[in-house]
Amino acid sequence: MNAVLDNLDLVVRAFSYTVLLFLIAGVLSLVFGTLLAAFRVGPVAVLSRATAVYVTTIRNTPLIIILIFFRIAGPKIGISFNFVDIQVGEIRLNNLFAACVIGLSVYTSTFVCEAIRSGVNAVPLGQAEAARAIGLPFAGVMTEVVLPQAFRATVPPLASVQIALLKNTTVAGALGVFEAFARMKSLTNDNATQRIGIFLTFAVIFVVLVELVSFAANRIERRWRIAR
Amino acid sequence: MRMFRTWKRTGAAIAGLGLVLSLAACGDAGDDTGAVDVEAEEVEEDKFEAGTAMAELAEAGEITVGVKYDQPGLGFKDASSDIPTGFDVEIAKLLVADLGIEPESDSVTWEETISDNREPYLEEGRVDLVLASYSITDERRQIVGQTGPYFLTGQQLLVAADSDIASIEDMKGEEVCSATGSTSLENVEAAGAVGAPADTYSQCAEDVLNGSVDAMSTDGSILLGLAAQNEGELKVVGEEFSEERIGVGYSLETPEMCEWINGVLTEAYDSGAWAEAFEATLGPAGAETPEPPALDECPA
Repeated sequence: MNAVLDNLDLVVRAFSYTVLLFLIAGVLSLVFGTLLAAFRVGPVAVLSRATAVYVTTIRNTPLIIILIFFRIAGPKIGISFNFVDIQVGEIRLNNLFAACVIGLSVYTSTFVCEAIRSGVNAVPLGQAEAARAIGLPFAGVMTEVVLPQAFRATVPPLASVQIALLKNTTVAGALGVFEAFARMKSLTNDNATQRIGIFLTFAVIFVVLVELVSFAANRIERRWRIAR
Repeated sequence: MRMFRTWKRTGAAIAGLGLVLSLAACGDAGDDTGAVDVEAEEVEEDKFEAGTAMAELAEAGEITVGVKYDQPGLGFKDASSDIPTGFDVEIAKLLVADLGIEPESDSVTWEETISDNREPYLEEGRVDLVLASYSITDERRQIVGQTGPYFLTGQQLLVAADSDIASIEDMKGEEVCSATGSTSLENVEAAGAVGAPADTYSQCAEDVLNGSVDAMSTDGSILLGLAAQNEGELKVVGEEFSEERIGVGYSLETPEMCEWINGVLTEAYDSGAWAEAFEATLGPAGAETPEPPALDECPA
């Protein structure tokens, strides 16, 4: 325990990185995933098929491979994020951080897409037909009628996807971001006698973070609940 | 139909031939440079006192040694070889041979011990000895036995060949890559640079090569190995800014091993086997053979 308390500033910084990875990749994956879902259920056959192939490919690729692509293969073929260099106090968001955020977003957005698609499928077909009958274009049908209902049905699976994302951020610890997992390894290496205590502390903090996400999801679910 | 069958048989024959050839290729692997031939010594009846760990190991004729697999020059194993190579491994061979066990045989299991595994594996008895670039620290000595050092090393920087970076001072506030959870990474942070953790040192070298980070840092000997692998693209710069004392790890349940390990090391210092091991493994990368370091006293 002492090792954690003595290095409290480092631990706090590590979890800040974890939370930042989660928040930025979370928002990006929601936006990008929604877009993918719209393509996937949209009326343009080419777009729908192409998205299906893309989602299947990314979703079936292990996260570490996607991250390694953006971190190691990317710079070799000219995809680098060297323009990213933001310093906020002790927190430093650099090219490595950006590559990991993009990797996590790309990976998670495919799961978001599939979760939203399941929500869209849960909206009775009559709703979309009725919307079309009153003359709404596809975009209108989606944004005004289908997606609002779909999102409600999607909150629980989306929460699961985001919780998975929070835990997946630890992979970035092996790829250049000094987040919680990397800091834990440093502390256990340094304090061989306090290994179990350090591990449990980090595990408990992760449980707390995940609980916070679940709690938020529950509140949103309750707020958006409608009588059907 | 008949033709198909003939083809099938020919295919099998070709596959068989390929297998024989590849086996033959494996047989040659032992002659590679970077390894010294160490022969098992004859163990006399009462060389080791009965009941000691050494006597038990010599009796069983089998030993498990924990080494690193990913540090060129110290402990490195590529996909095609059976036995890892490097300075740690050479020192381990000397210890194994002293027990009367053939170092290059199946009687020795070379278990990979990543940094996190070293103490747990010794405590559980999963490995008998650890020679895995194992820095001696007081903290570690509370839970495992460590003796030596058989090697002194310090941290330097590895940068692109055309880089202006001259020392760690130039890297204040900049990213420096090192392995996740390693002592090197902490020394980098202590020196004022920003640590960028990576899974392995070769991944760090890759990051330096493609410009994702400007420098990486760990023990100079490892950096020399990486620079040799990427000749003309990477270079080692700067003074050593930390000191690591690399020693042998053993379990606290077998404290008698300490005197034995020190004895074998002293013998290797005197006979020149230590220098020979150094020249075979770290020499080609450009390191000069130093004086053997003084050994710590064993705890009474």
